[in-house]
Amino acid sequence: MTEEERRFKGPVRGQSLFAIVFVVASLLLLSQLGSETRWAKGTQFFAQPRFWPAVAVGGMALFGLLHLRALPRKRLRRADLVEWRIWFFALEWVLWFLVYVMVVPVLGYLPATLIFVLLLAWRVGYRSPKMLWISAGFAVAVVVVFKTFLQVRIPGGAVYEYLPGALRSFLILNF
Amino acid sequence: MELLSSAVEILARWDVILALLVGSVGGVLIGAIPGVGPAVAIAILLPATFSMDPIVGLTVLLGIYGSSMYGGAIPAILINTPGTAVNALTTYDGFPMTARGEARRALSLAYSASFFGGVFSVVCLILFAPVLARIAPMFGSREIFLAALLGLILVVIAHRGQTLIAGALAFFGIFLNTVGLEPVKYSKRYTFDQSWLSSGVDLIVVVLGLFALSQAFYLLQGEDEKVRLTPLRGGLFQGLRELSRHPRVAGVSGAFGVMMGMIPGVGEFTAQFMSYTYAQRSSKRPEDFGHGSSEGLIAAETSNNAVPAAAMVPLLALGIPGEALTAMMLSVFYVHNVVPGPQLFQNDMPFVVALYLALLVLNVLVLIFLLSATGHLVKVVKIPNRFLGVGILTLSFVGVYSLRNSFTDCLIAACFGVFGFVLKRLSLPAVPIVLGMVLGGIMEVKLRAGMARVKTPLDFIDRPITMILFVMILGVLALHIRYVLIERRKLKEARWSARKRSTRFGMQMFRRRDYLSTERGKKVREKRSKYVPRSTGPRSPR
Repeated sequence: MTEEERRFKGPVRGQSLFAIVFVVASLLLLSQLGSETRWAKGTQFFAQPRFWPAVAVGGMALFGLLHLRALPRKRLRRADLVEWRIWFFALEWVLWFLVYVMVVPVLGYLPATLIFVLLLAWRVGYRSPKMLWISAGFAVAVVVVFKTFLQVRIPGGAVYEYLPGALRSFLILNF
Repeated sequence: MELLSSAVEILARWDVILALLVGSVGGVLIGAIPGVGPAVAIAILLPATFSMDPIVGLTVLLGIYGSSMYGGAIPAILINTPGTAVNALTTYDGFPMTARGEARRALSLAYSASFFGGVFSVVCLILFAPVLARIAPMFGSREIFLAALLGLILVVIAHRGQTLIAGALAFFGIFLNTVGLEPVKYSKRYTFDQSWLSSGVDLIVVVLGLFALSQAFYLLQGEDEKVRLTPLRGGLFQGLRELSRHPRVAGVSGAFGVMMGMIPGVGEFTAQFMSYTYAQRSSKRPEDFGHGSSEGLIAAETSNNAVPAAAMVPLLALGIPGEALTAMMLSVFYVHNVVPGPQLFQNDMPFVVALYLALLVLNVLVLIFLLSATGHLVKVVKIPNRFLGVGILTLSFVGVYSLRNSFTDCLIAACFGVFGFVLKRLSLPAVPIVLGMVLGGIMEVKLRAGMARVKTPLDFIDRPITMILFVMILGVLALHIRYVLIERRKLKEARWSARKRSTRFGMQMFRRRDYLSTERGKKVREKRSKYVPRSTGPRSPR
C-alpha cells in the first residue's frame, strides 16, 4: 500500500470508477450546455438563464477531474470489481421498493404494506414466527400512524372499489 | 417581557405540546438506534409535517434534531457505536468508562453535559436575539449571497481530505437546483424535452433518496451485528454533580458549540474538535483523554448539543441553512409561505423566540425522559440492522409517495438512493449535494438582485458587512490553501521516509558502484587533505 493510499480518507476500492463516471457525466452535461440552456438578449451576464447551469456543470467537471487526478490509484483492480458487484446487487432493493410503490394504488396501503414488510423480512432472513409477527405489527403501526392519524395523502386501493359502500369509504379514508 | 409572553402564548397549545413530546421522545429513540439518525427521520417525516401548522411541524422536527444527540450517546457509551455521526467523539471516553464498569456514570455525565449544552445555547440565543434582530435587517441581497457562498465554501472545506469531491458534489447540488423552468425568463434548463423534468428536481425527493433510501439499501445489504449490553448499576443523577465540578470545560465547550453552530457549514464536528482539544490542553490529567476522561466526555457532549439551537440562527435570521437538517427544515417554512430571513426577525420576533423556548422545554423533557427510562431505552440498541433496513424502506415510501402520489418521484428517489448508497460505500459525503441545492437557489436569486444595483465589481463589496464577508471568504480560502500545502509537504516527507530500496539486480549493481565510488572519493579526499611536504630530493650534508 502506498503512502497516498494509506492517507486516503475512506476505501480506495471503487473510487476510480465512481470518479470516471462522474467526470464523464459532467462533461456530457457540459457539452449540452448550448442546447439545453438559453442566452437571453438584453439581459445582464449574471442574470442569464445559462449562467448558473454553466457554473454548476463547469464546477462539476473541474472538481471531478481534479478529484480523479488526486486519487491514489486510478487503475482498476479486482477489489473494484467486487465493489461494483455490491453496487449492482443493491438494485434488488430498488426493485422491491418500486414494486411496492406500484402495488399500493392497486391493493391499498394496508394490505400492500403488510405483504411487503412480511415478504421483505422473509427475504432478508427473519423467518421465525416471532419476527414475522413483529414485522406484521410494524406494518400495521406504520399505516395506522401515517394514514389513519396523520392523514398523509396516500390513495385508497383500487380493490376497495369492490367492497360494500360503508366499508369502502372507511377503508379508503383510513387504510 | 411582552415578547416572552407572546412567545409562550404561541407554544401554549395542546398540539404544540404534543409535538414537543413526540419530537423529543422520538428523537431520543431515533438517536439511540445506530443506523437511523435524525437526517433519515426528518426526511421521512418532512411531508407529514406539511399539513401541520408551521410551529407544530417545526417543533416536531426541532425535537428530533435537538434530542437525537442525547439518544446517540447511549450506543456510543454502551457498545462503542455512535448512534448519530456527531456522537463519534463520545465513544473515545464513554466506552472506556463502560469497559471499567462505569456505564451508568458515563451515561449520566453525557446526559447532564448534553442538557447543559442545550440550555446554555438556548439562553445565549434568547439573550442574543435583540442584537440579532438589529443586525439582520442590514443583510441585503449581496450580504445574503456572500453569506451563502461562505457557507458553501465552509461545507466543502470542512470535509478535509475530500475537499475536491465535496466541491464537485456541491456543484452537482447547484446543478440539480437549476434543472427545470427558469423562473425569470421562463426558459427550460436541462429538461431534455421531458415534461417530468420541467418542474425541476424536488429537494425532498433528493433528500429522501440520499438519506433515507440509501440508508435502507445500506442496511439491507449489510449484516446483523451481535450486540452485548453491559448491565447498568448506580444512580443517574450523579452526572449533574460531576458536571458542576467542571464548570470551565462545560462553559467553554458550550460557547464553542454556540459559535460554531452559528457559522453556516461548520457545525458539530468543528465545535467538538475545538472543545475536546481545549479540554485536553487545559486538563490536569491530559493522559486520561481517550481512556475514559470525564472532562473529555463533557467537552464532546456539551459542544454537540449546543449546536442545534445556534444552527437555527443563520436559518431564521438570513434564511441560510448551515447543514442538511436545517436545509430540510427550510422546506417546512417555504411550504407555509413563511420566509425565514431578516424580515422574520423584524416582523415575527415572537415566533422566533417561541422556537427557542420550544428548544428549552425540549431539553428539560428529554432529560426527564432519559433519567426515568434509560433502563428500558437501551434495548432499542438491539434492533437488528436488516430489520431496520426493512423499516426505513417502508417508511421512505410514505415520505416520497405522499408528496404528489407520483411514481416518477419514487423512481427519482430510488435513483438518488442508489447514488447515496454508492457514496456511503465509498465514504463520500452526501451533505454538499443537499446544501448545494438549497444554497444554489438562494445564491442565484440574490446575485441577480444584488448585481442589478451594481455598476463596477468593487461596488459589490462596498458595504461594511459585504466587505467583512468577502474578507472572511478570502481568509477561509487562504487558510485552506495553507492546510493543503502543509499536507502536501507532510506527504512528501512521509513518502521519502517510507521509500523502499529496489531489489532488482541492476539497481543493486548501481548502488554497489555508487558505494565504491563514494568510498574511493573519501580515500582520495583523505589523502589529498593531508599535508605532504614537497619532496626536494635527498638532503645534502652541510
